[in-house]
Amino acid sequence: MKIVRAIIKPFKLEEVKDALMEIGVQGMTATEVKGLGRQKGNKETYRGAEYTTDFVPKVKIEVLVADKLVPQVIETIARSAKTGTIGDGKIIVSELNNVVRIRTGETGDSAI
Amino acid sequence: MGGYKRFGILLCLGVGLLLGSLVGIPVAGAEGEALKVDTGDTAWVLTSTALVLAMTMPGLALFYGGMVRRKNILGTIMQSIVVLCLVSLIWITVGYSLAFSPDQGGLIGSLEWIGLSGVGSAPHPTYGPTIPHQVFMLFQLMFAAITPALITGAVAERMKFSALLLFAGLWSLFIYVPVAHWVWGGGWLGQMGAIDFAGGAVVNITSGVSSLVCAIVIGKRTGWGSDHMPPHNLPFTLLGTGLLWFGWFGFNAGSALGANGVAGTAFLATQAAAATGALVWMGVEWMHRGKPTVLGVASGVVAGLAAVTPASGYIGPFSAILIGAVAGVLCYYAVYWKGRMSYYDDSLDSVGIHGVSGVFGILATGLFASKAINAAGADGLFFGNAGLLGTQAIMAGAITLFSVVGTWIILKVVDAVIGLRVSADDEQVGLDLSQHNEQAYSHE
Repeated sequence: MKIVRAIIKPFKLEEVKDALMEIGVQGMTATEVKGLGRQKGNKETYRGAEYTTDFVPKVKIEVLVADKLVPQVIETIARSAKTGTIGDGKIIVSELNNVVRIRTGETGDSAI
Repeated sequence: MGGYKRFGILLCLGVGLLLGSLVGIPVAGAEGEALKVDTGDTAWVLTSTALVLAMTMPGLALFYGGMVRRKNILGTIMQSIVVLCLVSLIWITVGYSLAFSPDQGGLIGSLEWIGLSGVGSAPHPTYGPTIPHQVFMLFQLMFAAITPALITGAVAERMKFSALLLFAGLWSLFIYVPVAHWVWGGGWLGQMGAIDFAGGAVVNITSGVSSLVCAIVIGKRTGWGSDHMPPHNLPFTLLGTGLLWFGWFGFNAGSALGANGVAGTAFLATQAAAATGALVWMGVEWMHRGKPTVLGVASGVVAGLAAVTPASGYIGPFSAILIGAVAGVLCYYAVYWKGRMSYYDDSLDSVGIHGVSGVFGILATGLFASKAINAAGADGLFFGNAGLLGTQAIMAGAITLFSVVGTWIILKVVDAVIGLRVSADDEQVGLDLSQHNEQAYSHE
């Protein structure tokens, strides 16, 4: 099992979610995060006090994926989150040792 | 804990005075047998009184609250609302009497009207001859309340709540009350011919220069200059700006103490100055920094309103436009240079906006006042009388000196008794949690 995490542009969340559900993914978690990378930040001014914010708002989604589905999930996220401009984000894959469904106590692939 | 005990004693003294006054101190001689209450005038001044209350709560509370970081909004609002309540009681018990009762030596009134003894429904011959004396007192109460609340902007995000309470009580009694007496209560400045229609000196100069002293004595916010401290909720600030603007009609037009032509001209001057201040600040900022900001427009509105306040009942609309324009430019640069110089952290620009426009407005009154607009006023330099400008300058100077010295002393006293500033940990965690065990925006 793997955890697939993706940092994406916030307005892409709905599109990515819809695309994943189409290929059979039934659950995911989304968090609002701040990201720093090649995309430049914004300049803000408040009564003459200037701030440059290097961090840009992003959304992180996490999906728990059975091994055989991983390539398809990666391709789906990349396709639906892409805009072609700097700041599209990254997809990260990590090993998932175990997962438990709290309500039923199921573990492993049947808990995904 | 010693500080709290002393504060408690002061509180009991105050309550005791109030109860004592209810027991029945001989009423001062009957006034106003020949004076008739006018229902229109009274209705307007009552309304204005409520409008000025709205300027403090929630006007100033949200104006300031939106500008601080989210961990401090409740602490900021708390300061405004509690100062309003505290000063209300101080005013009713002893403040009004000391400020407005018959003059003793040009400096202060007496306790003749303690607990509002003698202040009843009959009009007072000079304090609103067509409205009940109590209504005049109430109108003045709202001015007394908002003035120390303005100072909270200079000490935002770092003053101990208990210290702020004690400071506000002492400042109200020892700075506001004497100055109000000097200008409006029959004291030496009024006797000298200085004029202040609605509080440019009594409210804006006192609070503005006191704010400077407070900001310097309490010191800068930790991390100021390096940490990001942008306003956390500008919509609140704009909501507060709207309430301040709305309420300021009560502040200025209500100072006519009647529903009449002078109220109308004061209202007009207020609107003209506010609108001009806003557009000028916006224009200057647009040229200077490349984009107009909504916080800039809000600041320009307040700068214009504050500057026109002392002149509002004595000037025509085009004088008001000029005053608003100059205030917009002056205050814009005052705030900008404060940021550049970094000598002091006047967090919410009480000095740059109220102090600077207060002094400018008082001097501008000496230029633009015209008896053609208000026969009960005076003529300024531009209407043939050079003397007024000098008198206004003396008023501005005297009040500034008194406020600076007096505020410094009060701060030292409060610091010795309770300590002015929150601890470094409390400042980091925020006022809401450290002073009040509350969180503004729950995640529930």
